[in-house]
Amino acid sequence: MRSVIDILDLSTSEIEELIAVACDIIANPDKYAEKCKRKKLATLFFEPSTRTRLSFEAAMYELGGNVIGFSAANNSSAAKGESVSDTVRTVSCYADIIAMRHPKEGAPLVASMAADIPIINAGDGGHNHPTQTLADLLTIYREKGGFCNLTVGLCGDLKFGRTVHSLINALSRYSGIKFVLISPEELKLPDYVTNNVIIKNNIPYEVTTDLIGSMPKLDILYMTRVQRERFFNEQDYIRLKDSYILTPDKLTDAKKDLCIMHPLPRVNEISVAVDKDPRACYFKQVLNGKYMRMALILKLLGVE
Amino acid sequence: MVIDSITNGIVIDHISSGMSMTLYRYLKLDQLTCSVAIIKNAPSSKNGKKDIIKIDEPIDIDFDVLGYLDPGVSVNTIENGKIVDKFKPQLPKRLVGVIRCKNPRCISQDEQELTHIFKLTDEEHRIYRCIYCESKAK
Repeated sequence: MRSVIDILDLSTSEIEELIAVACDIIANPDKYAEKCKRKKLATLFFEPSTRTRLSFEAAMYELGGNVIGFSAANNSSAAKGESVSDTVRTVSCYADIIAMRHPKEGAPLVASMAADIPIINAGDGGHNHPTQTLADLLTIYREKGGFCNLTVGLCGDLKFGRTVHSLINALSRYSGIKFVLISPEELKLPDYVTNNVIIKNNIPYEVTTDLIGSMPKLDILYMTRVQRERFFNEQDYIRLKDSYILTPDKLTDAKKDLCIMHPLPRVNEISVAVDKDPRACYFKQVLNGKYMRMALILKLLGVE
Repeated sequence: MVIDSITNGIVIDHISSGMSMTLYRYLKLDQLTCSVAIIKNAPSSKNGKKDIIKIDEPIDIDFDVLGYLDPGVSVNTIENGKIVDKFKPQLPKRLVGVIRCKNPRCISQDEQELTHIFKLTDEEHRIYRCIYCESKAK
């Protein structure tokens, strides 16, 4: 059974196919309104999420399907100590497809090994978040017309930011990509991503702590949140959380067609004043995420 | 010290000195009913000292793990007192149930009876990563 655990589970041609379907959904929503009639999506969210869970649910409802599930581990059998494998085997009896978020890295992979229905990884700890990447890719596609020859700045928490790792994986398959990795020393991109993805694919990249100095060269600026839940030590979190805050004055030297992205939720890393800038694309990402999740659900259910 | 040569069986030679018990455990040789000899600190022209394991019966064991645990070993198959096959185990593509993931955020720390599996991601530097969380094997 086909599942999507990592963005690399989808080939570039499959991603392009999903983008084409998403664009068709945007243009012709009525055509898709009953595509998943009598189908059920189970949203198994073992840790809190607003955006991703509601996005999956909205996506399924807009396809005419239904949704079952839970939104926190303490509302599920996990609180009684049930394994992930047993939970998904049980849910497989009720639903046609599962979207799972879990705090433990690799939990959706374990689920896909146990279930006989498709599993979509809706985020596993600091590891992967492929549907956020699909939202990011549709946003870049709609703003830039494609993925080639872009200088992409990634800023903030590059160590624990799962969306950053997935986006690097996805963009590394296109030509002319260059990465500018902007972060404090403590939150640098892990070596395994730098070595196994960026260097392995001969992609030019630079590592810097300087957000303002990097600005003029960027086509995309992908901001991330320094997340409290990824730290073992509260003091480290407090010391680093305000390291990189994007304000209108920092955008003075930025390109006129810069695309400012953020997986949201933001805390204070992008000033609210930036929201009025036409280059701010982060709320477009939210909407694009729903369309890409619709396209993905259709694909994994085999609905034409 | 004299250990009888074997007629039919397996000799694992050129084991790094001190590693024989580790290999013995990983290969689960304690579960065999035949004679198994562990020779520690035997003279070695190459390394000064080496360990050797002799198994006095033909057995069907997956020796791939040896390529990970001790890359210098050689495995000799003995038939009628003669070496009929000799090979050096290569680095296995996957390690199944050999080492454990140490990442406290990995699902393998919690999930009941989940087999710890690592895949070879960098052969040159002998790097294995957990298939669940991609942490490097330590």
